[in-house]
Amino acid sequence: MVSTLTTSLADVASSGATLRAFLHGLPGVDRVGADQRAAMLGTRSIKTTAKAHAIDLAISMVDLTTLEGADTPGKVRAMCAKAAHPGDGAPRVAAVCVYPDLVAVAAEALAGSGVKVASVATAFPSGRSSLEVKVSDTALAVAAGADEIDMVIDRGAFLSGDYTKVYEEIVAVKAACGDAHLKVILETGELSTYDNVRRASWLAMLAGADFIKTSTGKVSPAATPSVTLVMLEAVRDFRDRTGRQVGVKPAGGIRTTKDAIKNLVLVNEIAGDEWLTPEWFRLGASSVLNDLLMQRQKLATGRYAGPDYFTLD
Amino acid sequence: MSRLSVRKTYKLYIGGAFPRSESGRSYPVTSAKGDFLANASQASRKDARDAVVAARKAFPGWSGATAYNRGQILYRVAEMLEGRRGQFADELGGARKAALEAVDAAVDRLVWYAGWSDKIAAVHGTANPVAGPYFNLSSPEPTGVVAVVAPADPLLGLVSVVAPAIVTGNTCVVVASEPSPLPAITFAEVLATSDLPGGVVNVLTGRQAELAPWLAGHMDVNALDLTGVEDADLALRCEQAAAENLKRVLRPTAGDWTADPGLRRMTAFLETKTVWHPTGV
Amino acid sequence: MFEYAPAPESRDVVDIKPAYGLFIDGEFVDGSGPSFKTVNPATEEQLAEIATASSDDVDRAVRAARKAFGVWSALPGSERAKYLFRIARIIQERARELAVLETLDNGKPIRESRDVDVPLVAAHFFYYAGWADKLGYAGFGPDPRPLGVAGQVIPWNFPLLMLAWKVAPALATGNTVVLKPAETTPLTALLFADICRQADLPPGVVNIVTGAGETGAAVVAHPDVNKVAFTGSTEVGRLIARAVAGTDKKLTLELGGKAANIVYEDAAIDQAVEGVVNGIFFNQGHVCCAGSRLLVQESIHDELLDALKRRLGTLRLGDPLDKNTDIGAINSAEQLARIRELSDSGEAEGARRWSPACELPERGYWFPPTVFTGVAQSHRVAREEIFGPVLSVLTFRTPAEAVEKANNTPYGLSAGIWTEKGSRILWTAERLRAGVVWANTFNRFDPASPFGGYKESGHGREGGLHGLEAYLDV
Repeated sequence: MVSTLTTSLADVASSGATLRAFLHGLPGVDRVGADQRAAMLGTRSIKTTAKAHAIDLAISMVDLTTLEGADTPGKVRAMCAKAAHPGDGAPRVAAVCVYPDLVAVAAEALAGSGVKVASVATAFPSGRSSLEVKVSDTALAVAAGADEIDMVIDRGAFLSGDYTKVYEEIVAVKAACGDAHLKVILETGELSTYDNVRRASWLAMLAGADFIKTSTGKVSPAATPSVTLVMLEAVRDFRDRTGRQVGVKPAGGIRTTKDAIKNLVLVNEIAGDEWLTPEWFRLGASSVLNDLLMQRQKLATGRYAGPDYFTLD
Repeated sequence: MSRLSVRKTYKLYIGGAFPRSESGRSYPVTSAKGDFLANASQASRKDARDAVVAARKAFPGWSGATAYNRGQILYRVAEMLEGRRGQFADELGGARKAALEAVDAAVDRLVWYAGWSDKIAAVHGTANPVAGPYFNLSSPEPTGVVAVVAPADPLLGLVSVVAPAIVTGNTCVVVASEPSPLPAITFAEVLATSDLPGGVVNVLTGRQAELAPWLAGHMDVNALDLTGVEDADLALRCEQAAAENLKRVLRPTAGDWTADPGLRRMTAFLETKTVWHPTGV
Repeated sequence: MFEYAPAPESRDVVDIKPAYGLFIDGEFVDGSGPSFKTVNPATEEQLAEIATASSDDVDRAVRAARKAFGVWSALPGSERAKYLFRIARIIQERARELAVLETLDNGKPIRESRDVDVPLVAAHFFYYAGWADKLGYAGFGPDPRPLGVAGQVIPWNFPLLMLAWKVAPALATGNTVVLKPAETTPLTALLFADICRQADLPPGVVNIVTGAGETGAAVVAHPDVNKVAFTGSTEVGRLIARAVAGTDKKLTLELGGKAANIVYEDAAIDQAVEGVVNGIFFNQGHVCCAGSRLLVQESIHDELLDALKRRLGTLRLGDPLDKNTDIGAINSAEQLARIRELSDSGEAEGARRWSPACELPERGYWFPPTVFTGVAQSHRVAREEIFGPVLSVLTFRTPAEAVEKANNTPYGLSAGIWTEKGSRILWTAERLRAGVVWANTFNRFDPASPFGGYKESGHGREGGLHGLEAYLDV
């Protein structure tokens, strides 16, 4: 069963017409129904031991991110220090995520820590450049020591129906990644419908994405629970059809422990617990880390925590 | 020498045809003065059963027709009735002026109801502002097969109970006035020549007490109009029998058939269907 | 593995008395009949001793309601409205207490009583409060009159919500009521009596008589009751229709159902699966409009069933007070026996039975989410209302066949349609003989939206403008 489907999927991208037919043949997503399901899962009450487990798991899944024009080596080094040692026995985060020119700084700061270095690339965040620039942007980051590349898709091409262009760019960037893992940012806030989120998810996975990621963080709305839900359904269904597992990374808008735990509940009940590891699920965020640490301390001490006791990095 | 007239055989009206009662029975109908007028068919329970089958068969087409089409046909019925004004006045008997007024009132009632076909949904339906991202609309739909026991008033009464039942898309089996059934059969001739599909209205003549309980208990009848039942015990038994499949029941009423009928006779045989759909991109 | 730790809602917010009397003429009074116990179906723990109203007690309640009718119906609509707004507000203020009590007495998950039942109860009172001074604009003439005393008998599946559906429109239109809650779930109605007192509702406007079937029959049969409203089984509905035959009592009935949930091959599959799950497992399937028959197009049968089974594997059955519980307890031993009997018949008649791995608590009344596949229209599980968490799966090939099978039942309360094609939705909806059609959604309720059935699912509508008609002399 799986092998025939895999074979049939292999032909999907053979032409623009087949790619389009495949993506438009995916089941639709009813927005209201998807929102309701996500909202219902948002009411799950995660308490006591489950909360303690969830907080540590969430910390270990964070891609601690700084993507500002004002980023400096000093800023990145400080963030890396926090990433490797969040404090009070909390686990290290999964990765730090920076612009390509700061990858080398991060790689040096994190050497031996086990924390990965991720870099955005491909004319992030808009993706509005030539393929050559995108590929060399990627190659630069990889050469500087990036373990993971977070690329953006060409939303303009996607929305104009040029799926082949999007597909081929992902394939080319994937090739430029070499051994680095490729996360493909769909920028769901610009895709406007959940049908498009589902199609873009499949398009990215067909083209070889190791991860699909919601957002750049530069566009609102970013990672809504509903969008994450639709993408979790996509990776689940993709594995059912191909046997290949793809990770999911919501990014942007995840600020509180509650947001983080809601995401874990989504993973648990939509894709299943095989995705509940840093290998297959990441949270692209920055401020959430301190909130997780504060909640962690509250569980340990029984007192509410104060922000002065947590470092701003 | 005066010419001997050709009399009409009064039969039943079932599924668009005019059969005799399968029972072979008839009963004499007399004028108010007691003069013999004709033998009317005395329908049996099996005729009632056949009439229900015909009404059920006609239901999908009639309820599925456009409201405009149903209105046109009811208006056509009024036209045909108007054209036979004199014939009906003769058949009603009594004072000529009163008889003609009754026919006129019946024509006018048909015209009134004909116009409701494509307006009742606007008046009886609602757009419901629910607290959520949903389009939500309630619209009236016909309940199905209605069994009608017509009142004593042989034409205006008959028209006043049949028109509201069918204008909304129901089909019916009507038990005509027992003492004065003849105008009902002549009215069936009007129906048969008015583009009304066969089976939408089925007319039985005979004994109310014999026919009504069978219709009341019939499991393929959706509603029961007991307007013409004057015997309280019969009405009670019919309503009890109707409970078996939860028929909608219109209890007996002494009607002033010249009054404004209101919507009641239509809404009594309407269901409300509410459809929800999410609104999202 | 991400195990959710227990997250029980505190039951400290409710104060259950050891015994309750009847609420007549604004006071709690003793009942003349033998008292009975109400239990928590999740634990079989006795919650309280409840009075039984004899026919004499019912007569007292009706007389109180009759006396109050004069005053209440003479009030300007705007004043009646304010009482109903007050009640709505108090319901919101005491929402948590009502939700916990409902869950304790009924067995439904706290998530549902908290997020569905109680908010809808408040909304229903708000909605009809607004009608009280606008009845002249409702299309029933300039000054439609109330009927008098309404006798209302409600079921155990949504105890407080069904109370709201009955009491709110009755009071808004100027009627007074004698209400009998279900024998197994009287507690929230009795708490509602306290809410009426907090609202200073005039004595006798709302009377609550507890008891079993005999008490209900006495309410229905009372000669001074002008209006009978019943929600419950079709079997009892028939008896009531017979009982009011030959009287002047106006009758509305909201009875059983065997709804078809039609899933076409082009449906939004994930949402369809959710709709199927919500359709039959919401409130343990104790829902008259439950989507108990899944009609799935043959071309996607396997795919849909796989997805459905996977989804059912994530349902959380257990302590109804736990905030993460999806499936609570069956309301009574009697209902559990009926569900078991019908499910056994499904197997005996050749359908395949499936349930997710699911541990049932030792005490209390429990039944796992259950799916029957390979069901034929002729099987009892496809024809009879099970009123439990049991789904029967049937297939169809063409839209016409789907409609034919959906309508092939004496019931006609609700139906579901799942397709991404708009014209197919409307085509199907037009042909379904059901009072509520949910397209690309299921089990949605709103006070502004009329609810009620075709055929043996009853007659009359509750909710919306249509819901007024049942309580007006029109």
